[in-house]
Amino acid sequence: MSILQVSDVSKSYGGIRALAGCTMTFEEGAINGLIGPNGSGKTTLFNVISGYERADAGRVTFRGTDITNARPDRVFEMGLGRTFQITRIFPRLTVLENLHVASQRKGFLGQLRGWNSAAERRRAMEVLDFVGLTPLADEWAGGLSYGQQKLLEFAFIIVARPSVILLDEPAGGVNPTLLRSLADRIRALNADGVTFVIVEHDMEFVMGLCDRVLVMHQGCALTAGAPEQVRADPDVLEAYLGTDMKGTG
Amino acid sequence: MTATEVTPVGAAAPEHIPYELPRPARWGGTGLLLAVLVLFPLVFPNPAVTSIGVFTMIYLTAACGWNIFSGYSGYISIGHAAYYGIGQYTVALLAMHLKVPAGWDTFGLLPAAGLVSAVAAVPIGFLLLRVRKHTFIVLTIAVMFILQLLAFNLTSWTNGSGGLELPIATWQGSFFNEPFYYVGLVAAVAACAVSWWVRRSKYGLGLLSIRDDEDRARGLGIRATRTKLTAYAISAFFVGVAGGLYGPFVGSVYPQFGFDPNFDLAVAVLVFVGGIGTLAGPVIGTLLLIPLQQYFYLQFGNANLYLIAYGVLFVIILRLLPAGIAPSIIRMWRWFLLNRRRAAAAAAAGAGAPGPAAVVAAEAKQVKP
Amino acid sequence: MVILQAIIDGILVGGFYALMACGLTLVFGVMEIVNFAQGILVVLGAYLSYALYSHLRVDPFLSLLITIPGMFLVGIAVYWTMIKPIGQDRVIMSLLTMFAVGTIIEGILDLVFTSNLVQTSTSYENSSLRVGPLIFPYVYLYAFAMSAVLLGGLYLLLYRTRFGRSLRAAMQNTTAARLVGINTDWVSAFTLGIGVGLAAAGGMVFGLTNSFDAASSYDLISRLLAIVIFGGFGSLGGALIASIVMLVIEDVVAVVWSPTWGQTTFYIVLIIILLLRPQGLMGRRAVRAQ
Repeated sequence: MSILQVSDVSKSYGGIRALAGCTMTFEEGAINGLIGPNGSGKTTLFNVISGYERADAGRVTFRGTDITNARPDRVFEMGLGRTFQITRIFPRLTVLENLHVASQRKGFLGQLRGWNSAAERRRAMEVLDFVGLTPLADEWAGGLSYGQQKLLEFAFIIVARPSVILLDEPAGGVNPTLLRSLADRIRALNADGVTFVIVEHDMEFVMGLCDRVLVMHQGCALTAGAPEQVRADPDVLEAYLGTDMKGTG
Repeated sequence: MTATEVTPVGAAAPEHIPYELPRPARWGGTGLLLAVLVLFPLVFPNPAVTSIGVFTMIYLTAACGWNIFSGYSGYISIGHAAYYGIGQYTVALLAMHLKVPAGWDTFGLLPAAGLVSAVAAVPIGFLLLRVRKHTFIVLTIAVMFILQLLAFNLTSWTNGSGGLELPIATWQGSFFNEPFYYVGLVAAVAACAVSWWVRRSKYGLGLLSIRDDEDRARGLGIRATRTKLTAYAISAFFVGVAGGLYGPFVGSVYPQFGFDPNFDLAVAVLVFVGGIGTLAGPVIGTLLLIPLQQYFYLQFGNANLYLIAYGVLFVIILRLLPAGIAPSIIRMWRWFLLNRRRAAAAAAAGAGAPGPAAVVAAEAKQVKP
Repeated sequence: MVILQAIIDGILVGGFYALMACGLTLVFGVMEIVNFAQGILVVLGAYLSYALYSHLRVDPFLSLLITIPGMFLVGIAVYWTMIKPIGQDRVIMSLLTMFAVGTIIEGILDLVFTSNLVQTSTSYENSSLRVGPLIFPYVYLYAFAMSAVLLGGLYLLLYRTRFGRSLRAAMQNTTAARLVGINTDWVSAFTLGIGVGLAAAGGMVFGLTNSFDAASSYDLISRLLAIVIFGGFGSLGGALIASIVMLVIEDVVAVVWSPTWGQTTFYIVLIIILLLRPQGLMGRRAVRAQ
C-alpha cells in the first residue's frame, strides 16, 4: 500500500535539472530509505514533496490527495513532516516552546488562548521523554548541542503525530550512541504505524534500519527493493562509483 | 540514553534557572508602575510636566503597538508613521465632518482612528509582506512617504500643506493636560495588555517562531502570511490611536508632522533601547527616553540636537546592547542566581554533596540566551 | 512637443540620479547593506560643493576633484567604524545603523547650515542649448556627460580590473571570495567608498539644480530606494534603466497632469512593479536557504 507517490516530477534550477521525470512510491508503514550519489536530487525531492519548492511538472499524491505545490503548512497539517539536512530549530524559544509551535489547534479561539494548555503540555513532555530531552524542557533551544538540536527537530515533528516523516540525513555528524538511540526511536514510532522516508549516505545505518531502499540517480528513480537486493545491484554500484559526472552539483 | 549527554555522571541535574524574573516581582513591579503613572499628574500638576506625561503616553501606546509587530515577528518597520498620520487625519476629518465638539467627545473618535489605521494596514501589509526582510524595511518607508505625498496632494480632503485644524478643548489651562494624560494612559495600558496577551497566546508563539525561522515555522503548520498580517494590523491600530490622541492635543494636523520620519526613528530607538521583542522593552525605553527628549526640547528648543542625540544613541545601542535593556536585566538576574547556587554548592561541598566543579560542569550545559 | 521636452528632461535628470542609485545598489550587491544614509550623503555632497563655490569660487564640476575623494574616504571610514564591527544579523543591523548615521549627519548639517534653502548658482546655470523648440540646459548636459563618464569608469573598474573582479566575486558569494584570497573587508570598504563618492557627484548636480536643505534627504532617499527596488537590488544595469525610466515618467506626468502628482507616480510605479515582479526589473529572485 503506498501512502506517498511521486509521479513524473521535474524541477530545474536555471540550467540544472535537479529532478527529471522522477516517479516513485513509498510504502505505508515501512521505513523507506532513499539513497543516491550527491546531486541525484534527493533533497530537492523532499523540498517538492513538502511544499518548499514548486515542481515544474508532475504530481505528488499523499494518501490519495494531490498535494502538488501545496503550501508547507498545509502539507504538515495533512500529516507529513520533514527535517532538514542542516538542523533548523527556533533558537530563541525554549525547548518546550519549540514543541508547542508544532502542536496544532483548531479554530480562531484556539489561537487566542495560552500556548501551554494542559493536554498539549502532557503531549510535549511525553515526546521529550521519548527523545530524552526532558531535563532541558525550559532551556533556550539555541544553547543546545548539535546532537540535542537534532533530537529537538525530530521531537517537534513527532508532536503533531504525522503519518509520514521525511528525514533528511539524520545521521549527519552524529555520534554512534546517539545514532543508535535515533534508530531505536524510529523503529518504535514505525511500530506505531508511522511511515518513514530517510535520505542518508551512511549505508550501515540505512541497510540496518530500512525495510525498503529506493535509489535515485540524476534526478530520477533508478531502482527499488529490499536492502540486500539493492546493495548487490550492479546499476546502483555503477551510479555511485561510475565515471559519469553529469548532473552533479 | 542521551540523558548522559545532559548530566554528568554522579550529579543530579542542576535546577533550571528561569528566564524571567519571579512572578511576584513581575506583577508587583507592574502594579507599582501603574500606581505611579496614575498618581503622577496629581503629584506634579505643573502643565509643563504633565505635557511631557501626555507625550510619554502617546509614545508608549505607539511603542507597545509597534513592538507587537516588529518585535515579535522580526520584520522591522520604519514606516509606521503612516498609521500615525492616518490616525491623526481620521480624527481631524471626523471631527470636522461630524461636527464633533471639542473636549471629551474627541476621545470617542480614538477607536475610529485605530480601526481606520488597522483596515488600511491590511492591503498595505499584504503588499509589503511578500518581499524579503530588508526590502520590507525599505518599503515601509516608501509607503510612509507615499501617504505623506497624498496628504500634500489631496487638498480637497486634507487641505494639503495648510493642514487641518482640530477643535481645541475649552478646559482650563492648568487642567488641560490631565484628560489627555489619562486617556493616553488607558490606551497605553491597553496596548501593553494586548502585547502581554499576544506573547502568551498560541498565536504569539507562531509569530515568534516566524521571527526565528519563518520557513521552518511554515513546515510546522504556521500560516505565516496570515499571522504576520494580523500582527501588522494590530500594531497599526495602536499607532493610529496614538496619532488620534496627538492631533487633538496639539490642535492641528499637518502632512509632515503626521507622516513624520522622526516619529519612526523615535519609536525604533525607544523600543531598541528598552529591548526589542520583549514585553517590558517598549515600556522601559519610553519611560526613560521620552521625558528626557521632551525636557531637552523645552530647555534647548533645538530640533537638530534631538536628531543627533537620537542617532548617536541608536548607534550606541545597536553596537553595544543590541538586545536592549530588558534582556540585560534578565541576564544580570540569572548571573546573580547562578552565583548564589555556586556559593551554596561550595558550602554544601563540605557536607559531601557534589562539589562546585560538578555543578559548574553541569551548568555549562545550561547556556545563557 | 511638450512631452518630448519632458522626456528629454527626464533622461537628463535620470542620468545623474543613476549615479546615486548605482552607488546604492552597488553597496547592496556587495555587502547586502541598504545604505539608508545615501540621501543625506548626497545632500552632504551638495553642501560641500555649494560651500566650495560660494566661499572659494570653485566651479562645482571642479569641486568634484575634492569632494569625490573626500567622500570616498568618508565611506571607507564609515565602513570600518560602523559596519565591520557588526556581528550577527548583518543585513538588518547595518540597515538600522546607516539609518542612524544618516540621522546624525542630517542633524549636524542642519545645525551647521540651518534650514535655509540654498542652491549652488553658477554663471552658466541659466543658459541652454536650443535645438529647434527643444531646450537643453547646459548644466544638465554637463551633468549628463559627467555621469556618463563616471558610470563608464565604474563599468571599466568592475569589468576590466582585478579589483573589479574581486568586487564582483564578493557580490556573488562572499564566503567563496574569501576562500580564494580576496580580502572582502577592503573590497567592502572600497565599495562603500565608491558608493559615497558617487553620492558626492550626484550631490553636486543636485545642489546645482535644486534648492535644498538637510530635510531634502528624505525625498531623495525615498526616490533612490524606489529606483533601486524597481531596478532590482544589486543590479547596476537595473539602477541605470530604472533611473531614466522613472524620471521620464515623472516628468511626463508632471507636465501632462501636475508636478505634485509627478512625484507620486514614483511610488505608484514602485507598487506596480512589486505586484508584478517583487524582485525588480533585473533583480535576482530570493532563493530559500536549502
